[in-house]
Amino acid sequence: MSTDENLVVKVDSLVAGYLPGVNILNGCNLEARQGELIGIIGPNGAGKSTLLKAIFGQSKVRDGAIYLNGEDITGMKADKLVARGVGYVPQNNNVFPSLTIEENLQMGVYQQPDKYDEGLDLVVGLFEELGKRLKQRAGSLSGGERQMVAMGRALMMNPSVLLLDEPSAGLSPVRQDEAFLRVSDINKAGVTTIMVEQNARRCLQICDRGYVLDQGKDAYTGSGRELLNDPKVIELYLGSLGA
Amino acid sequence: MDFNSIFINTAQALFSPVTIAFAMAALGLAMHFGFVGLLNFGIAGFMAVGAYGYAISTLTFGFPWWGAFIAAMVASAIFAVILGIPTLQLRGDYLAIVTIASAEIVRLLLLSTTWIETTGSADGLVAYADDFRSINPFPDGDYGFGPWNYTANQFWVLIFALIVLIISALIVWRLTHSPWGRVIKGIREDEDAVRALGKNVFSYKMQALVVGGMIAGLGGALYVLPSSANPMLFATSLTFFVWTALLLGGAATVFGPLLGAVVFWVLQAFLGSLLPAMAEVGLLGGLSSAQAGALRFVLVGILLVLIVIWRPQGMVGDKRELTFVK
Amino acid sequence: MSSNSNPKKAPEKSTGLHVGEAAPGVKKVDPILVADKVSRRFGGLVAVDVDHVEIPRGAITALIGPNGAGKTTLFNLLTGFDKPDTGTWSFSGSNLAGVPAHKVAKMGQVRTFQLTKALGLLTVLENMKLGAKGQQGENIFKSIFPFFWKKQEDENEQRAIEILERFKLLKLKDDFAASLSGGQRKLLEMARALMSNPTLVMLDEPMAGVNPALTESLLEHILDLKKQGMTVLFVEHDMHMVRHIADWVIVMAEGQIIAEGSPDEVMRNEAVVDAYLGSHQDVDLGVVTGRIELPNGKK
Repeated sequence: MSTDENLVVKVDSLVAGYLPGVNILNGCNLEARQGELIGIIGPNGAGKSTLLKAIFGQSKVRDGAIYLNGEDITGMKADKLVARGVGYVPQNNNVFPSLTIEENLQMGVYQQPDKYDEGLDLVVGLFEELGKRLKQRAGSLSGGERQMVAMGRALMMNPSVLLLDEPSAGLSPVRQDEAFLRVSDINKAGVTTIMVEQNARRCLQICDRGYVLDQGKDAYTGSGRELLNDPKVIELYLGSLGA
Repeated sequence: MDFNSIFINTAQALFSPVTIAFAMAALGLAMHFGFVGLLNFGIAGFMAVGAYGYAISTLTFGFPWWGAFIAAMVASAIFAVILGIPTLQLRGDYLAIVTIASAEIVRLLLLSTTWIETTGSADGLVAYADDFRSINPFPDGDYGFGPWNYTANQFWVLIFALIVLIISALIVWRLTHSPWGRVIKGIREDEDAVRALGKNVFSYKMQALVVGGMIAGLGGALYVLPSSANPMLFATSLTFFVWTALLLGGAATVFGPLLGAVVFWVLQAFLGSLLPAMAEVGLLGGLSSAQAGALRFVLVGILLVLIVIWRPQGMVGDKRELTFVK
Repeated sequence: MSSNSNPKKAPEKSTGLHVGEAAPGVKKVDPILVADKVSRRFGGLVAVDVDHVEIPRGAITALIGPNGAGKTTLFNLLTGFDKPDTGTWSFSGSNLAGVPAHKVAKMGQVRTFQLTKALGLLTVLENMKLGAKGQQGENIFKSIFPFFWKKQEDENEQRAIEILERFKLLKLKDDFAASLSGGQRKLLEMARALMSNPTLVMLDEPMAGVNPALTESLLEHILDLKKQGMTVLFVEHDMHMVRHIADWVIVMAEGQIIAEGSPDEVMRNEAVVDAYLGSHQDVDLGVVTGRIELPNGKK
């Protein structure tokens, strides 16, 4: 099994942080192969969001490297990454509230406007709801609906890699389930997906492989199922409520 | 170039009633902005109210010196309340705009000829310090050494101002290191959080506005005590000088405004002597010495910009507390 | 507090809180908060339109519902952070109409916020001391003379240390709150709320952003509040948590209360399932998405 050819994203001993002298990531590793759905869980402050931001060039990398399809993209600015097929959905402030859904999606193909029609087909195909309300102002949408728009915008460029920062955050249970199902659908359509999640249980239920981050390092890794059933992971991160 | 006179001018600024009055104004502004986060761009207005409060109560109402000082403080307090009631509920940037306007209103009212008998209009007021001088404990003669030379009256003003400054600084220090100060610090960061803990946020902000205002008002009175009161002194540029002094020293500290005021005036005096001297010997291109003197204000403006961007916490402040550039 | 080795005991639930059929607006045997015809509009949008609601004293009540249902707005109205357009409501018999937020807090009703408001530029201990009620030193005149408030300050510090210890935050007491992790700040906000000995504690999404393993200790703290005689009202999305500790559940949707009852009753309610819970509540999403095979070969 030649996994290296399939390796889409590789994070190697990454050290990163925001404030001078304070590192959030302390030598973190991650691998994502073609078509995989990777979940990243772990306690607050472990560096999950920082890891995603570092991959997308949004936080300062102090040591280590990040590779995209073999190319070193460490510290590369976001616009170059988007051109290379990486999509990113941040947790907060992920839509332009004063713009309509349609305009938000248009922003998604800013670099290549002629991809609009193709992208729109893809997104509306995945999210029928959006197709019916293109002229609605994004600011008037509920949290779950905004999530959809944010994801849709990232998908407009038909990315090969999608980075999601807590897609279920702040959503009610039914909307959370919908969000997870959507992510699963997107991944099944062929997009290599890396998602950071606070809802560890749901995340692990749908992902192919998972990483448990703690104190800036990848503490545990395995298939989603393995981690779900690992007693150590349950005790430290999942909690036994509702098991 | 006459380095001796440059030195003397600079050194004198170190111990001058003007510097101390400035320090008072900066201390009051520190209470407003440094500790509570109120963007008061009308501190000149408070100084004017305090200055004229002293002068008018002496000249028109015949108050003794201590009554006049109390009047200055009361006037400033009333000004703070009138200003505060409508504006303390406004967002920061709106408060800034309203305070600029209020200071200008004060200045224009003082400039107006309607009450010329009381305010002196553009000529201002003079000769209100007699009662103050009459209690001067220092006998006639010369005081000081080296570059510092004062008459008895000048020395008395200096010592008195210094005592008032020290008492004010002590009070502010006590206030800010007490549970009251803790509530204020919390309000600066997040009003709702403090409200949810049962504190009347509006009342606290008003108290800080009044205390800071009274200190600045006293500063205004001290500012004009050695000379004369004039509306021209209290233009908007005075406000920005006080702000520069405050930010230079460290806005959220007690010592910062004092240090900033001293450094500011020493720098002003230094540049005010050096630049014209340089112009006279042709070191500043074709600039005349008058133009060179004005150049120091340009430099002050640049200094203010640089401080806000590169070192918002000033000389003695804590960087964690004050950052304007996100 | 139970150690890790003890098996988790299901907490004792309070029953018999309501009078008559469990339906929206049902009367409670001993209500601590009663609200009548409370409404709030933002422009054309009806944020809250509650006919009648009563919160039972001494119990843990959960307020659930989809985003935009009006839960936080209702919180803001009941605690004085927002004024309703219509309605009356009272806390332990005292009318709260027109009472500003800080007075409501003084009356014994404390609340936390969805976006934690731990004051970052104050230390953990200072945050706690700020939560104490009636500290004389907060009066501007008395503050100048430590003589007036030193003793109270020391007493408050003792109390703060006790509470911080219970919340396992004691060793962080001199750190700036900004340096704490998100979950620790949530704990701090809750601990701080306890400093004033409140009768009603209102928590707005206390679990949001908290690591699942920390969730359990947070739940223990909330149960502790009930043991000490306080009433708890909290907004949450985590149904496992709600089922575990709530005695009573109120469901809101589109500004109105659509259901009330015990957790089990409410979770079986069809309207609630449609609007909020979803039909996959207890199902493994791996099965739903067809990603895993069940043991008997079914997908």
